[in-house]
Amino acid sequence: MSDMNHTNDNSAEVTTPAGAGTDVVQSDKFTDPGVPAHRPRLTDVDPRSAKRNERIVTFLFALSCLGAIGTIVAYVAVPPEGSTGSVRLSTLLLGAGMAVSLLGIGIAGIHWAKALMVDTEMVQDRHPIRSSDEVRADAVRDLNEGLEDSGVVGRRGLLKGAALSALALFPLTIAVPLIGSVGGDWNISKFKHTIWKKGTRLALDPSGRPIKASDVNIGSAFHVVPETTEEFRQSHEWITEKSKAVVLMVRVRPEDLKSDQSPEGEQWSYDGIVAYSKICTHVGCPVALYEQQTHHLLCPCHQSTFDVADSAKVVFGPANRPLPQLPIAVDDEGYLVAQDDFAEPIGPSFWERLK
Amino acid sequence: MKALAARRHHRLAPVVLLLLALLVTGGVYAALAPEKAQAETVSTQDIETGKKLFQANCATCHGANAEGTAGVPSLIGVGPAAVDFQVSTGRMPMQMNGPQARVKPRQFDAEDTAALAAYISSLGPGPAIPTDEQVDATLGDAANGMALFRTNCAMCHNAVGAGGALSEGKFAPSLFGTSERNIYQAMLTGPQSMPVFNDANITPDEKRDIVAFLVEQREGSAGGFALGALGPVSEGVWAWIIGLGLLIGAAVWIGAKSS
Amino acid sequence: MSTAHDTTTTAAAAPAPTTRTGKAADYLDQRTGIGGVVKEFARKVFPDHWSFMLGEMALYSFIALLISGVFLTMFFEPSMALTQFEGEYPATATGQTVSVAYASTLEMSFEVRGGLLMRQVHHWSALIFMASIVVHMMRVFFTGAFRKPRELNWLVGFTLLILGLAAGFSGYSLPDDVLSGNGLRITDGVVKSIPLIGSYMSYMIFGGEFPGEHIIPRLFTVHILLVPALIVALIALHLFLMVLHKHTQFPGGGRTDKNVVGYPALPVYVAKMTGNFFIVFGVLVLMGATMAINNVWNYGPYDPSPVSAGAQPDWYMLFLEGSLRLMPGQGTEWVIFGYTLPLNVLIPAVVVPGILFTFLIVYPFLEARVTGDKREHHVLDRPRNVPVRTALGVAFLSDFILLAAAGSNDLIATHFGMSINEITWVYRILFFLLPVAAFVVTKRLCLGLQRKDRELVLHGHESGRIVRYANGEYVEVHTPLDDQERWMRVNYDAPAPLEIEPKMDARGVKRKGYGADKRWQGLSRFFYEDRVEPVTPAQLAAAHSHGDHDALEAGGQQAAPAAVGSGSTTGTDSQEH
Repeated sequence: MSDMNHTNDNSAEVTTPAGAGTDVVQSDKFTDPGVPAHRPRLTDVDPRSAKRNERIVTFLFALSCLGAIGTIVAYVAVPPEGSTGSVRLSTLLLGAGMAVSLLGIGIAGIHWAKALMVDTEMVQDRHPIRSSDEVRADAVRDLNEGLEDSGVVGRRGLLKGAALSALALFPLTIAVPLIGSVGGDWNISKFKHTIWKKGTRLALDPSGRPIKASDVNIGSAFHVVPETTEEFRQSHEWITEKSKAVVLMVRVRPEDLKSDQSPEGEQWSYDGIVAYSKICTHVGCPVALYEQQTHHLLCPCHQSTFDVADSAKVVFGPANRPLPQLPIAVDDEGYLVAQDDFAEPIGPSFWERLK
Repeated sequence: MKALAARRHHRLAPVVLLLLALLVTGGVYAALAPEKAQAETVSTQDIETGKKLFQANCATCHGANAEGTAGVPSLIGVGPAAVDFQVSTGRMPMQMNGPQARVKPRQFDAEDTAALAAYISSLGPGPAIPTDEQVDATLGDAANGMALFRTNCAMCHNAVGAGGALSEGKFAPSLFGTSERNIYQAMLTGPQSMPVFNDANITPDEKRDIVAFLVEQREGSAGGFALGALGPVSEGVWAWIIGLGLLIGAAVWIGAKSS
Repeated sequence: MSTAHDTTTTAAAAPAPTTRTGKAADYLDQRTGIGGVVKEFARKVFPDHWSFMLGEMALYSFIALLISGVFLTMFFEPSMALTQFEGEYPATATGQTVSVAYASTLEMSFEVRGGLLMRQVHHWSALIFMASIVVHMMRVFFTGAFRKPRELNWLVGFTLLILGLAAGFSGYSLPDDVLSGNGLRITDGVVKSIPLIGSYMSYMIFGGEFPGEHIIPRLFTVHILLVPALIVALIALHLFLMVLHKHTQFPGGGRTDKNVVGYPALPVYVAKMTGNFFIVFGVLVLMGATMAINNVWNYGPYDPSPVSAGAQPDWYMLFLEGSLRLMPGQGTEWVIFGYTLPLNVLIPAVVVPGILFTFLIVYPFLEARVTGDKREHHVLDRPRNVPVRTALGVAFLSDFILLAAAGSNDLIATHFGMSINEITWVYRILFFLLPVAAFVVTKRLCLGLQRKDRELVLHGHESGRIVRYANGEYVEVHTPLDDQERWMRVNYDAPAPLEIEPKMDARGVKRKGYGADKRWQGLSRFFYEDRVEPVTPAQLAAAHSHGDHDALEAGGQQAAPAAVGSGSTTGTDSQEH
């Protein structure tokens, strides 16, 4: 108890160095009543209760054993046959057995600790974290001795410089080859081009069927990719190219089409059919929710909303720029084709976008 | 019994039997195939009935001749599939104005719906109601259906058809309870905000594949409770409520003093 | 416990141990000197409180992550090479062209016995790991456990939080499905928005253009080697510092900054810790067994064109998603000398989380500075006793939760029949208003609770007993607090704002550094201008002698032995025992 009184003195004396006027004098603090007296549990005073709790703990451990065995039985007896139902059953049984085996141990252990182990609180002293002044002095002396022994104190500037240079340079032997190769060819101008070019037919995603203008009726939405060979569409380059080339094409009544992005003297849409990049100009999600009555195109990721009947201008959300338009025309067989690549980089903004 | 046995040899017995047989056959036929009979014979009478129903229930908004009014679409050329979809799901007649028409208990029975469809169909040709074979999920290829669904539908209806939000309070409904026929009709006719997916965009076979994919989703998840199949947000909510709830409950128990 | 004690002493002292345990202990001790360690730790005291288990929960879910994660690595192939999916199940994938990573994820889910269970346990554990870290941090923050000497351990914990985010994010993307692929694409968009180096960083991450063929193997290395190794190392440091500092304890009778009161490691703490591990793991397995999570076969293999409604990251990244959703896009993309600066991405994805994380990093140092506090603290604060800290914490949380809700606005819209656009507008305004409101309300609540404490200490609990005096006056008897409860309600510091040296020094010259001092003082006033001082014995005595119930209190004191019991049961909201 004397130890505790001492502590109180300490805490009262160092409240704020500023010495707030309201701070109290030592004697004006209440005294610590000390650790509350131990209150005996039922198991401490009633041997029958202790016995009963012991049985509960034993039972829980036994249950855990059964759970573990149950898991092994389920593993052997209920294989997942692949179908939804059988995988679900296998997962459920394996997991239920495992959970019983784990929870059995857990609950038994806790109950044991709470009901049967001695629950008298103990008090131990803390010591300041800082090392004592003597230890600090010794440490400083040891460091100085070490430095002196190494000979770096004073003189030998060249040696120190050389050593530091070597240490600073060696990481470059790893960093330079790594950074040189980690970004592939580092040719970031690829952001500005897609595989669309003059005459590329518009094809359906994912089937790859080319699309005739007459097939696109008012109110419909087509998810479009450039027509390529089946072989290319099974390759990895395709996924990277498709990431930039996907297009959403819709047809609105020509009288509803307020504007598109065609420059003076060009016609980028065809009889109410307009095709816009599907990659959001915000952070690049596929903008795909087309509401045919309002002609709004909504991004499910961050809710940027574009008006396809009005040059794909942003009407809501975090995007800043309209979706780039793919100029389209119809070839002599009636199929929709691109007039050219997009006139600007598709997708999210980047530092060099306009360079 | 004796009386019946005695009259078995009555000379009118064959006639009675014949009449009975005819009655039973007619009854069975009537019971088994009423829809087909109606669907195939669109009579002028149906059109007349449909017109009356239309004028009583729909004309206020859609105009006396279904030509549409300000903000309400014309129904000329929408076809019987659109009528069947809107009326059989209870979306039409609409009860009140809102961001979009909601599903509710249907207000017209199959016969009246067919009559309405016949009337609208008589105004201009449009997509027909799909046949049973066209919407038979067992004939579809669910793998192809999934590939099509995730490109054309999942952005609004969620990856397995749990539904999702559109702008300004509109939404794409959950498809878990939608009938195969209604799913097909929705693709074909593009109700409300939904775009039209004509047969050039998604062929009839492909539409059936999509139906097959959606029907397969009704088996639930192989992982257990699907938690609404809403994705990471619902998973997070369950992790906090169930997972952390249980663990903090256990911690309170561990920390509490035994009595 | 007595056996352990016996073995160590015998091993150290007796020349020839006779028992089998004794011999084994002797063998080990002669080679490791483990006796000293056992002596140091076997009966080390740990304070007990349910909220001290929150950090344990994080640790144990991390162990569950390691165990289930090792299982998964046996079957997962981190390759983006394309392959035809050969498996019969799930039928929706049969014959599709998918990446090897995606195919191996489906195979381990549908063909490996227990594979789906382990995948689900792993994913649930990840969600609970992050959730436990957050609630553990909340406990540490609101009780002031980050104060000296634990500031560095707070930083270690903060780094663990960031590493947890990195682990979750890298693992989430491994199955190469559409949902996580779109998450990567958003990451790519955010990275590209960074001025000067953004485009090159995108190339660095993806080994070329998005998505390329390198990202999954790279994330795999990050997910199973780099991040877990760092987490293990930092957990070791975190626990080492925890043991070195000895655990904090809640205030109460006999608990001071110079002692530690609780149960010995052996047996109570060891039993409780082990038990808790099995409970945490058991609950996680139960979740994995019954609740589906991240059914990647529903989303399909990554393809740049599809996206599904409900495209969101796991909950711990939702605040970033919400931040991106709330930012208005109009007029926020600037072009400077032909270079594009997309503030509509930079502000929500870099600046907002930067502010939130900076607050967490600097807060312990900021609070110490404005309190002028250089003491060691081992007794925790009751949150009400530091109103501004508590209010700042609640304000911080309110914005974090608001952003997470904004990241779920589409689901809120469909489930509550609201408009996404309206929700977004309301949230945009609340983003600024809510933290202010939360701060004001919480601070008032804390001050109110402190005044309530004063009131209780000075006048006691209402006993419900009405007494009539001889002169006809009716008065309700108030039961004075017992020693333990009174101590709990008066034993705190209410620091006053800093006082600084005058502007002019003795010679009338303007002091250097006065401006900075003045600013610190302003901040200190913000923290401590409003405060409720603890009751002093003198004030209590005054209340007794000048109070309304003068005579009654005397009567009450006489009945004290009977009243103590009722007092301690009604007023022990944070008394542990």
